[in-house]
Amino acid sequence: MSHAPNRSQHRRTVAAVAAASALLVAMSACSTPAAGGDPAEAAPGVTDDTVTIGTHQPLTGPAAAGYSSISAATTAYFAYLNENGGVNGRSIEYLVKDDGYNPANTQTVVRELVQDDEVFAILNGLGTPTHTSVLDYLNQNEVPDLFVASGSTSWNQPEKYPWTFGFNADYVTEAEALAQYADDEFAGKSICVLGQDDDFGDEFIEGLENVLGEGSLASVQRYSVSNQDVVAQIGAMQAAGCEVNMLATVNGFTALAIGTAAKLGYQAKWMSSSSGGDYVTLAGFLGEAAPVLLEGFVTTNYLPYAPGNEWDDLFRQINDEYNDGAPFDGNTVFGMSVGYLFAEALAKAGENPTRQGIVDAITSGDLVGNGLVPLSFGADSHAAYKGVSITTVADGVQDFIGVTYVSDGSGGVEPFDGDAVPLENDGLPTS
Amino acid sequence: MSARTQTPRPQTPRTAGPLTTSIRAARPGASARRPTSRLLATALVLTLVAIGATFLLDPYRNYQFALIAATFCATAGLTLLIGLTGQLSLGHAALMAAGGYGYALAANALTDAGVDGVPRFVVSLAAAAAASALLGLLLGLAAARLKGPYLSGVTLVLVIALPAFTAVFSGVFRGDQGVQIAYDGVPPALRTLIAVEQWQAWVAILVAAAVVTWLAVLRNGPAGLRMRAVRDDETSARLQGVRAGRVKVLAFTASSIAAGAGGAVLCFVTQSVSPGAYTLAFSLLLVVAVVIGGLGSLLGAFLGSIVIVLLPWVIQTATGALDLSADAAQRLTGNLPVLVFGVLLIVVTAAWPGGIRAALPKRLRTKRMPRRGAPPMQTSTVAAAEPATVTPTAAPRHPDPEPRTSPAAEPIPTTTER
Repeated sequence: MSHAPNRSQHRRTVAAVAAASALLVAMSACSTPAAGGDPAEAAPGVTDDTVTIGTHQPLTGPAAAGYSSISAATTAYFAYLNENGGVNGRSIEYLVKDDGYNPANTQTVVRELVQDDEVFAILNGLGTPTHTSVLDYLNQNEVPDLFVASGSTSWNQPEKYPWTFGFNADYVTEAEALAQYADDEFAGKSICVLGQDDDFGDEFIEGLENVLGEGSLASVQRYSVSNQDVVAQIGAMQAAGCEVNMLATVNGFTALAIGTAAKLGYQAKWMSSSSGGDYVTLAGFLGEAAPVLLEGFVTTNYLPYAPGNEWDDLFRQINDEYNDGAPFDGNTVFGMSVGYLFAEALAKAGENPTRQGIVDAITSGDLVGNGLVPLSFGADSHAAYKGVSITTVADGVQDFIGVTYVSDGSGGVEPFDGDAVPLENDGLPTS
Repeated sequence: MSARTQTPRPQTPRTAGPLTTSIRAARPGASARRPTSRLLATALVLTLVAIGATFLLDPYRNYQFALIAATFCATAGLTLLIGLTGQLSLGHAALMAAGGYGYALAANALTDAGVDGVPRFVVSLAAAAAASALLGLLLGLAAARLKGPYLSGVTLVLVIALPAFTAVFSGVFRGDQGVQIAYDGVPPALRTLIAVEQWQAWVAILVAAAVVTWLAVLRNGPAGLRMRAVRDDETSARLQGVRAGRVKVLAFTASSIAAGAGGAVLCFVTQSVSPGAYTLAFSLLLVVAVVIGGLGSLLGAFLGSIVIVLLPWVIQTATGALDLSADAAQRLTGNLPVLVFGVLLIVVTAAWPGGIRAALPKRLRTKRMPRRGAPPMQTSTVAAAEPATVTPTAAPRHPDPEPRTSPAAEPIPTTTER
C-alpha cells in the first residue's frame, strides 16, 4: 500500500469537506426562508407602479384549442385597464405560462412563477387536474391563488386552503341546474352522462344524481383527455338508448363527442357544462356542420355573454382594440371577467396591497363582479358563483332563455329572478 | 436453466470461475475492498458538496436541482443497463412511474393509518423500490429473451400503455389527474435554517447518492464484471459459466429500482404522480441524456440529466426574452426544445462519440484513477457521479464502453430518427 495517493486523497477529502462546511455556514442566508416578513415591506410582485401576477394555461396540448384564448382576453382587459390608469396607479403585468394541460408541467411552471418571477398572486390557473397538483404548494407558500378556472369544489375549502378561490360556478351546482332543467323539459327521457375521468366528471355526476336520484342515469361513461377517441363511450350511450346526454367535457371533447355521435348516426339531446359549452369554440372544431349538429344544444353560463348586454358590448370593444380583434366568444368574456374581478379585488385591497390584504378583500364579501348571479365570496365561502343561467343554441346563436337557478345549499337548485350586475364606470373598478 | 439440475453446486464455482479469477489476478495488490471504501468516501464527499451547493441556490434552482437528482437516479440506472449489458430500454419513464405510484399509494395508505414524517418517507420509498423492482423483474424476464429492436419494442409498449393503464384502473391511479399525496414539510429542527425546496433537494440528493453509489458498487463488483462479459460476447460468457439470462434480469431489475427511486423522489418533491409526467417523449429523453452524457458513465448520466432538465427551461427563458409575437412564441413553446435535443444529439455523437463526458478535460475524467499504475482492467474505481475510468490498455475482451464499440449503440440513432 503506497501512502502518497492516500494522503493526497485524504487531503482532497478534507478540503472538500471543509469547503462544503464553509458553504453550509456562509451561504445559509441564501436559501433561508424569509424571516417573518416586515409589514412595511412591499409584498412580492408589487412595486410602486406595477403588480405582477401569473397564470398557468393550456396554450398547447389537448385543451389548447378550447381555452388558449382565455389568457389572451385577460391580458387584453389588463391592457385596457393599464391604459386607463391601472389600479391605484399600478399597472398589472400578467405572466402567462403554458402547461399543456399536463399536471406535471403545471407544477414546474407554477414554481417558476412563484419562486423565479416572484408573482404577487396566481390568477385563473386553468384546469381541474392541473390546478389540483399545485393546490397544496400554493397554500403552503401562502400565495393568493385567485379565481381558478375550473368548477371543482376543491377550491372552496376555506379551512384547508385559505389562499385558494374558485371562479367558475361549481360543477355540482351546474349539474344540478342542468338536471333540473332536463327534468322539467324532458321528463321521462333516458338521461346519460359522459364525464372526464377526474374531479370534473366526478362532481358533475354527483350533481346530476343529487337532483335525478342515485342510479337514475342510464349510462355513465368516462373519458381520458390523453386519449382522443370516444367512439367506445358514445357507442355505449347509443346502445343504452340514451336520449339526453349530459357532458362534463372540455371544449375539445364536447365537439368530439357530438361529432362522433353524428358519424355513428346517433341523435340525442346534448347538454354540457359551461366549461365545454361555448358555441363559437365548438363551431371552430365542428366546422360547417356546426349549426346543424349544435341546434338545441343546452349549456349554462353565469357571465354576461349575450348579444346586446352592456358588459358584452364593452368586452367586444376591448377585444377589438387590445386583442387584435381575435374571434369573440365565451372564452373572451370569461377571460375579461376574470381580469375585471381581479382588478376589483386589488382595488379593494387598498393603496398598498399585500397577499393577506387581497385575500381579506375577497372574503369581506364586498366584491360585486359582473355575473348574472351574485358572487358568493365570504368568510366561509371561497366559491364565486353558486348559480347558473341556462342557454340554448337556436339557428347558430347561443343565448340565454331566461331560466336561472341558484343552489339551495342542500343538493338542489331553486329558480333565481334577481338582476344581473350592471356595468359601472366603463368596467374600471374603483376602490 | 437445465444446467442447474446437472450441476449440484452451481453458485460458488461460477462466480469464482476462470473468467473472474483471471481478471482478479490481473489486478496486482488490488483487494476488492479498498476501491469500495474509497468509492464510498468519494460518494460521501460529493454528496456533501452537493448539499452544500444547495445553500448557493435560490428556491427555484433548488427545485430544479431536486429534479436533476431524481432524473439522475433513472439515467444512472439506464446508463448501466445500456452500457454494461447492452439492453436498450425505451421505457424507463414507465419504471419511474411505477416507483412514483408505489410511493404515492403507500404514502396515502400510511397517512390514513396515521404515520407521517420520516417513517412514512422511508416505507413509501421502499414501496416504490418494490413496485419498480417487480415491474423491472417481469420486464427483465422478457427482456432477457429478446434482443435489439424487439427488446426496445417491449419497453416502448410499456410507456405507451401507461396513460391507458391509469385510465382503465382510474379507481386506484386516478387517470390523467394522477394521485396526490400529503405535503412533507421541512423537519422542525431545520425549519429556521432552510426553505422547503432546499429540504426537498437534500432528500433528492441523498436518495440519488444512495442509489448511484449502490449502482457503482454493483458495477465495480463481480456482478458488473459478469454484465460486461455478457454484453461483449454472450456465448463465451456462457462458456465461462456466467448465467447470461440471470445476469440480464438482475441488471434490468437493478436499473428499474434506480428508476423507481427517481420516480419516488419526483413524487416526494411535487406531491403528486400523474401519467403526464412520464410521457414517451420523456422516456426517450432519458435515453438521450444517457447518450449525450456518455454511455455507461455515471458522470455522463449526471451531465445528461442536467441537460434534459435545464435545456427546455433555458430555451423557454431565451425565447421569452426575444420579444416574439404571441403566435410565434406559442409555436416555439414545446417544439424548440425537441429540435435542439435532436441537433444536440447529432452534434454530440458526431463530435464526441463518448458523450459530453469524453469532451471534458482529461484530468477531470480520470481524476479517480488510482495513481500507482493503472489496473489493466477497466473495472476499477468509479465514484458516484464520476466517469468510468476508461483505460486505454483495456483487455481486448473488454474494450472501452463507448457507444461505437457497444452493441447497444446501434439502435440509438434510430430512436432519434423517429
